Amino acid sequence: MTNAVTPAPAMAKEESSSALSFYGIWLVAAAALVVLPLIFSSGGSLTSFSLIGIAIIFALSYNILLGQTGLLSFGHAVQYGLGGFLAVHAMNAVASHNWPIPLPVIPLMGGIGGMAFALLVGWVMTKRAGTVFAMISLGIGELVASSSLILRSVFGGESGITTDRTALMPLFGWTFGPQIQVYYLIAFWVMVSAIAMYALTRTPLGRICNAVRDNPERVEFIGYDPHVVRYLAYMFAGFFAGIAGGLTAINFEIANSAYLGATQSGLVLFSAFIGGTAYFFGPILGAILVTYLQLGLTNVTSVWQLYFGIIFIAIVMYAPGGIAGILMKHRPLIRAGTLRSVIPSYLVAAIPTLALALGIILTIETVARFSGGDVINLLGIPFVATAPTTWAAAAVLVVGGFLVARITWRRIAEAWDRAATVARDRGYLA
Amino acid sequence: MTAAIQVNAVEKSFGNVAIIRDLNLSVAKGERHAIIGPNGAGKSTTFNLISGHIKPTSGEIRLNGEVTSGLRPFEINRRGLSRSFQVTNVFARMTVWENVRCAVLWATGHRYAFWKNVDNLPEVKQRTAQILDDIHLSHRRDVPAGLLTYAEQRELEIGITIAGGASVIMLDEPTAGMSHAETERAVALIRRLTEGRTLVIVEHDMSVVFGLADRISVLVYGHIIASGTPEEIRGNPKVKEAYLGEEVD
Repeated sequence: MTNAVTPAPAMAKEESSSALSFYGIWLVAAAALVVLPLIFSSGGSLTSFSLIGIAIIFALSYNILLGQTGLLSFGHAVQYGLGGFLAVHAMNAVASHNWPIPLPVIPLMGGIGGMAFALLVGWVMTKRAGTVFAMISLGIGELVASSSLILRSVFGGESGITTDRTALMPLFGWTFGPQIQVYYLIAFWVMVSAIAMYALTRTPLGRICNAVRDNPERVEFIGYDPHVVRYLAYMFAGFFAGIAGGLTAINFEIANSAYLGATQSGLVLFSAFIGGTAYFFGPILGAILVTYLQLGLTNVTSVWQLYFGIIFIAIVMYAPGGIAGILMKHRPLIRAGTLRSVIPSYLVAAIPTLALALGIILTIETVARFSGGDVINLLGIPFVATAPTTWAAAAVLVVGGFLVARITWRRIAEAWDRAATVARDRGYLA
Repeated sequence: MTAAIQVNAVEKSFGNVAIIRDLNLSVAKGERHAIIGPNGAGKSTTFNLISGHIKPTSGEIRLNGEVTSGLRPFEINRRGLSRSFQVTNVFARMTVWENVRCAVLWATGHRYAFWKNVDNLPEVKQRTAQILDDIHLSHRRDVPAGLLTYAEQRELEIGITIAGGASVIMLDEPTAGMSHAETERAVALIRRLTEGRTLVIVEHDMSVVFGLADRISVLVYGHIIASGTPEEIRGNPKVKEAYLGEEVD
């Protein structure tokens, strides 16, 4: 009896400290969202932050499907885009009737739009998971995207439908004309949506979603209909995607058919996967990285999508857990205090790996700019695409980098195994 | 008194092949009933039919008097029947605790709730802890089910099956692949956890069958050739001929 009692205070302490760190994370995130534009106040970074915020909501909503429920959707942009269109129509209606509805409520309309569409098509779509669901989602995506060009009265054809976000009633003197005010509107919705989506994972439905992901057959034998579970998850995902779409419509003051298309659907899959679908925060990392790369790379290179493809393939092949998966793999080592023994091998590997990456970049840019284009600027060194010296440099970097990097990667694996074994011996799962 | 399970003239064919022919089975409430038979006799198919995993081609199945043939597995489960699987069938990426908790949620009435914090449901918490204690896996509660040892997974399998508090429990070869010591442990566990409930079990290990069962049915080529107490089955010449042979003596 005594040994049953003694651990109790320790457990209570652990629980309260984990609760503290839990709320701490959310408070830090909220503070970061408030402070960021004060530190980086240029117009360009405000726009970037706004887009990243929207991408975070969108990627998290996608992960309700992929990471939580095991549904691979190729058409998630449908709910996002329809949310955007509904938001634009709502804004125009509010403005023309002078209804007393302020702009911050509009994303909710987007959410309702996304959810309504999910409600409509979801029951048929979610009957089966796996390939069937993936194919139907692709089909619905194409269907809606092409309809958007045909149904001009609703979608405005090629040019889309424009709106004026300042035409709505101001809220506490905010007209939402300046980008900073739009940023804070988006930041508010990022916090609300992220908290709501996290909370969803902690509900009975959220837990059963995971069970459906792991083993839909067994779920049927513990009283649940996996079809209903998938349908509900699909509606929630549609709701939050619609909010993201509504925010995009507010941000750009337009909704057009590009919002609904396969490119957008691909991008969100990409963000969620690169970030890591197994952890709630994974898609947040993915959305930040992908949006940042997208904005940054388009200025630097014309073949930025090629780099996306390479990153995606590399992640799928070597780190299927995404960035979050890589980070979380280190947790047992940190707890066991053996991470220090791995870090030197990382540092050693970084140099040849970087050389390999630079070699690949140089090769790609040489090919891309061979028949005309700017001089390649790599770490401040200019390379001319037509010069044989450039080709030689690229070849040396790729081949040499790969050969050396391969050895250092093996070193990492060995150091890692040792550290993980020690961590396991000390009772930390690795 | 209505039987817990009543199977009347059930047939099941896959294409032209009749797997189950004129199956009749009656399991009384509170009874421990074992189904035995040679490989390929249709024992697992019988389980799948009763639990709704597959639908009978013809015939009728009743659970506590209510017709359940044609219902989906979750509908049958909600009416008080729970089953385990011959091949371990757990939620591999979720922890032991979450596996059992998921199995508790429907029975405690939380269904598809998305407005409740799952960690804040005292009844669920208490029941999950109780079941983990029962299956001796409390010390492994935070381990993903996929990382458990085989015997532990089998115990978790039983835990998930009983967690919902079903009145009829069906276990499909619960001790398959276990060592002698593990089997004894598992049998004691099954005996204790199914106390006061109806148990239907498929098992190859005859010591388990004769040690545990009140009644035994012998299934050969999709047809029950004999049903009775262990003594009756031991003495039945048809059974001896078809299946048990010298093993009984």
